[in-house]
Amino acid sequence: MLQIHHISKTFNPGTVNEKTALSGLSLDVENGDFITIVGSNGAGKSTLFNAIAGVFYVDEGSITLAGEDITYKPEYQRSREMGRLFQDPMRGTAPHMTIEENLALAYLRASKHQHAFFSRTSKADRKFFRERLAQLDMGLEDRMRQPVGLLSGGQRQALTLLMATLVPPKVLLLDEHTAALDPATAVKVLRLTEEIIRENNITTLMVTHNMNQALGLGNRTLMMDGGDIVLDVRGEERAGMTVDNLLERFRAGAGRRLDNDRILLS
Amino acid sequence: MLYILQTALELGFLYAPVALALFLSYRILDIADLTTDGAFTLGAAVSVVVCAAGHPILAVPAAMVCTAVAGFVTALLQTKLGVPSILAGIITNTGLYTINLMAMGWTSNASLIKQRTIFHMFRDLGIGGSWYEIILAGLLTVAAALLLVAFLGTRLGLSIRATGDNRDMVRASSINPTFTITVGLCVANALTGLSGALVGQSQRSANVNIGTGMVVIGLACLIIGETVLGRGSVLRGALSVFVGSIIYRVIYAVALSSKVFPIEAMKLVTAIIVALAIAAPSIKRWAAFQRKKAAAKSGKERA
Repeated sequence: MLQIHHISKTFNPGTVNEKTALSGLSLDVENGDFITIVGSNGAGKSTLFNAIAGVFYVDEGSITLAGEDITYKPEYQRSREMGRLFQDPMRGTAPHMTIEENLALAYLRASKHQHAFFSRTSKADRKFFRERLAQLDMGLEDRMRQPVGLLSGGQRQALTLLMATLVPPKVLLLDEHTAALDPATAVKVLRLTEEIIRENNITTLMVTHNMNQALGLGNRTLMMDGGDIVLDVRGEERAGMTVDNLLERFRAGAGRRLDNDRILLS
Repeated sequence: MLYILQTALELGFLYAPVALALFLSYRILDIADLTTDGAFTLGAAVSVVVCAAGHPILAVPAAMVCTAVAGFVTALLQTKLGVPSILAGIITNTGLYTINLMAMGWTSNASLIKQRTIFHMFRDLGIGGSWYEIILAGLLTVAAALLLVAFLGTRLGLSIRATGDNRDMVRASSINPTFTITVGLCVANALTGLSGALVGQSQRSANVNIGTGMVVIGLACLIIGETVLGRGSVLRGALSVFVGSIIYRVIYAVALSSKVFPIEAMKLVTAIIVALAIAAPSIKRWAAFQRKKAAAKSGKERA
């Protein structure tokens, strides 16, 4: 589904702030994979997501999505086939627009609407939005005319999740999307995430700092360090793994201990 | 008094599209578009010149197309060429000065002597008696406002609104912000051009300084309207633009007739209104902080 071949990215080259964020990283994501990613501070997890999403172009290497080379495709075009959630629930929605208007924007990604600039939200669209909102079980389906700025962080993140998957994307990128939520809401948003991914069989990459989540969710776990992948486990090997095993393997792979001030071991 | 009200209503409608343009660029897209002054003049100049050539109706869309192009230049400078948005407007505005002189045949003013304007044509239909100018100005500008509100409800319109609200999200919704900003600024400047075109035909003249200060006047109208009606939906925004524009012209007309302050001071008064209105949140924060500091100080003295 997604092939990343030997990509590198250096920020501020030739200056004192030079930082190699990705160094020759390769990754082959299979259709339907649900990959969890953990790593130290500054390991390049978010940079990897930015490279995939097209926030910047990579210095070297290539990225292929479903057989199409997207290395030099601009971000807004890639987003037709990608969904992305950030840690900050405010980033994924437009606060001064209503829930319905936000969903209508997300629905633009549906191919049949691609060139319908002057079309308006139809009754059928509205009904569809209502049904999908009801799935979130947060009562948002009765608040479709309210501005999104009135919602709580958890509600906004759930809405962003819905928007990212309203038209099932080829790849879903989750960048610690529950980290800023209170524990109860985080559990709920995570459950919704799993549900939606399973129902639509969406290929997913998820960054987390919760080691249990890293092993408990999905079918494959990556550990990153210094802009590269140092550990890639799946299948039986992963099934029998504990958090301690994982940390031990990280030390073996990276040559040092996992260093992340926000890591959750429990 | 009735005369003052009549004048205020007429000017309120005639200048309302400028405030509507700023509602789109400043409020919705979150871009201070300083093309406005030059675009207003361009609208008036093109309208008067085309009208003088005997096409008063064609003059209005012609003016709007020309000013939309001016908006396109500003958009191009800031989206593709990396010019900061305020500077982009100033650059276009400066260039427009020459374009405006050129449009009027390399003179600083153009006027209509005996040519018929759209206002004459409308008067001859016999509608509204002495109110005919107000009715035509009202009809055209309200129609423009309704079209804008309808447009902002379409998918493209929603994309433009989201561009000003959360640009990250727009890119993630497969919309190109360069495109939405360009469309938004073209539409906004076309509205400014509409206002210029109507004012030009109504005054039966245009001169190269007719648009000076227009961006601040437009902002004043917008802010006055929002103070009266509050901020909310797009429809309310469009409505408050008209309310603000008419209130501004009432103030202007009263000042003109009562001599509370000389009419030459109007631009200064306008500038102060706008500066204070935009500064209000900062002033409130500062005042709250001073109160807090004073309270802490007196608390310490008591202890």
